[in-house]
Amino acid sequence: MTMTKNNGANLLATVTGIALMTVFSIFALHAENETSLLILLAVGAAGVFVAYKSGFVARAGQGLQAHRHVGDLCIVSAFAAMVLVFRNDHFALLQLATVLLYCVVCIGLNLQIGYCGVMNFAGAAFFGVGAYTAAVLSTHTQLPHLLVLLAGGFAAALIGSVLLLPVLRTRGHYAALVTIAFGTLFRSFLEVNDTLGGPQGLKVPGMQILGWELSEGITVFGMSFSFYVNYVILAFVLLAGVFILTRRIKRSWLGLSLDAVRIDETAASTFGIHIVRWKITAFIIGNLFAGIAGAFFAMMTSFVAPANFTFGDSLILLSIIVLGGIGNLWGILPAAAIVLLLPEKLQAIQEYRFLLYAGAVILILLFRPQGMFPRRLRTLIPGLGTLK
Amino acid sequence: MNATLLECRGLTMKFGGVVALNELDLDIRQGEVLGLLGPNGSGKTTFFNVVTGIYAASAGSIRCEGRDISKLTPQQISRTGITRTFQRSRLCLELSVFDNIAIGDHQNLNNGLWFNLIRRADLEKQIRDTFDRARALAKTFSPTLSERMLQPAGSVTMIDRRRIEICRALISRPKLLLLDEPSAGMTHEETRELMDDIMMVRERIPGLTVVIIEHEMNVIERITDRCVVLNYGRRLCEGTYREIASNADVQEAYLGQS
Repeated sequence: MTMTKNNGANLLATVTGIALMTVFSIFALHAENETSLLILLAVGAAGVFVAYKSGFVARAGQGLQAHRHVGDLCIVSAFAAMVLVFRNDHFALLQLATVLLYCVVCIGLNLQIGYCGVMNFAGAAFFGVGAYTAAVLSTHTQLPHLLVLLAGGFAAALIGSVLLLPVLRTRGHYAALVTIAFGTLFRSFLEVNDTLGGPQGLKVPGMQILGWELSEGITVFGMSFSFYVNYVILAFVLLAGVFILTRRIKRSWLGLSLDAVRIDETAASTFGIHIVRWKITAFIIGNLFAGIAGAFFAMMTSFVAPANFTFGDSLILLSIIVLGGIGNLWGILPAAAIVLLLPEKLQAIQEYRFLLYAGAVILILLFRPQGMFPRRLRTLIPGLGTLK
Repeated sequence: MNATLLECRGLTMKFGGVVALNELDLDIRQGEVLGLLGPNGSGKTTFFNVVTGIYAASAGSIRCEGRDISKLTPQQISRTGITRTFQRSRLCLELSVFDNIAIGDHQNLNNGLWFNLIRRADLEKQIRDTFDRARALAKTFSPTLSERMLQPAGSVTMIDRRRIEICRALISRPKLLLLDEPSAGMTHEETRELMDDIMMVRERIPGLTVVIIEHEMNVIERITDRCVVLNYGRRLCEGTYREIASNADVQEAYLGQS
């Protein structure tokens, strides 16, 4: 009896929690001036603190685990509510879609760094490979745009494979240096390459999928929607797909093998785990995600330039996964929202944003090294071992 | 006398100028428990590392049931049925007890992309089977451990961590189990319990061959059939515990010249 009562309370906590976060995000995106945003942030921080201390967060987490479908439904409704509220606000929708696409890249990085332990400091470069591939293919060929997205992913994975040899032959810091070198090289290459537009970049036509023109506004039941709504919805679908796929990797023998490689290569190889095979798998899939997101981003913003794909951007991606909790998929979303949106909203800190990211990462590593949302133990199958 | 399972001839391992194994000849017989003794730095752990393929031998051969395994990778060697534990625990402490044991069964688990991502029903069946086997194995050692299968490995006691390592090595049903100083860091009481465990493993898995590196002499006396003493990477002598304990060379190697 108490069991079911607890169960109900947990579920209520989950639904309330997601609803509160949605309302908060809507207000935060709406905030016009900096004073109101600061007040809102203070209220939010206090709310999070109280929720943690009162056990509300723990309850909501249990509820989410016990009723996964309800959780999924809540998230989809929360997303739909945000789209409805901002239906005509170009800027807010663009920001929302950017956050979703950055989440896709960060999930890829999490697969590489958080699961397998392969360092990648060139996330933005692989994002850029996808973006430029989309720019070239959609301008010069008649390839359907869904395939252009995939081609962006494959191009990033392919160019990533060239890096495999040096990445596999080096370890730890040295492998990280290889990717840093690649990121820098990629940007310089774009800047001097006139065919790819040099520093000015390239224009990209809007996306068109099966006759659906994404860069045109829509009207439903007399309500007009910004054309960005199309992109936001599609980005959400992409993120959901990538999320589900990665969660399946995590909750299978694949995730176990990746973890074993990250934690102890020597022990893993004594039990027959092929270190190289798993590093290649993680590196290629991660870059594939980054490339697809990049291709999407290019067609959404209809413009690509080298300045969007710098080493600094790679560091932003890394700080998102460090803040969210390395290896935790859910943590990426709030972390990406904070890292990307806060500087946009608070113009005063725009100039100092790298300083702030660095500060935040140092604080997190000092006081909560597992990130805001530490990774949980693997649940291969819900309820495993409790049925008997 | 039983057939030879592992036959090492002229096994040499050099690290720069240091000769860790020096033309070592060593036979391990089917089904025996062999104690590997010797002072610190005499090459015991190096021997394990060479047999499991972590180091490639500088010279010499290792034959497992007649097949030369000295050029194989650690992955290939694990498939021939040789597994081990480590002197300093090498568990994945942040993973669950079950995850750790399942890593040991890697060669029998389907790690294909298609199987894991799409054929979820088959995967679930394999997970449940593996879970039941891992839990049954853990239960033979410690009922409390078998109830903590989904807790982090870092949250169990030191002796249970050692048991996880042994389960991880046993779950793939190996032919040869290499135990690298299982009593390291244990109290006397824990050491005694662990030795009971190893005796029990012997009874339950009759064909299993075990090589154990150990400094606790009463452990060696109790569980080994035969001992080999190494010194400076060479075989100093071999025989039953009683024979080697009374050997003058062994006493000299351990205690220094008197």
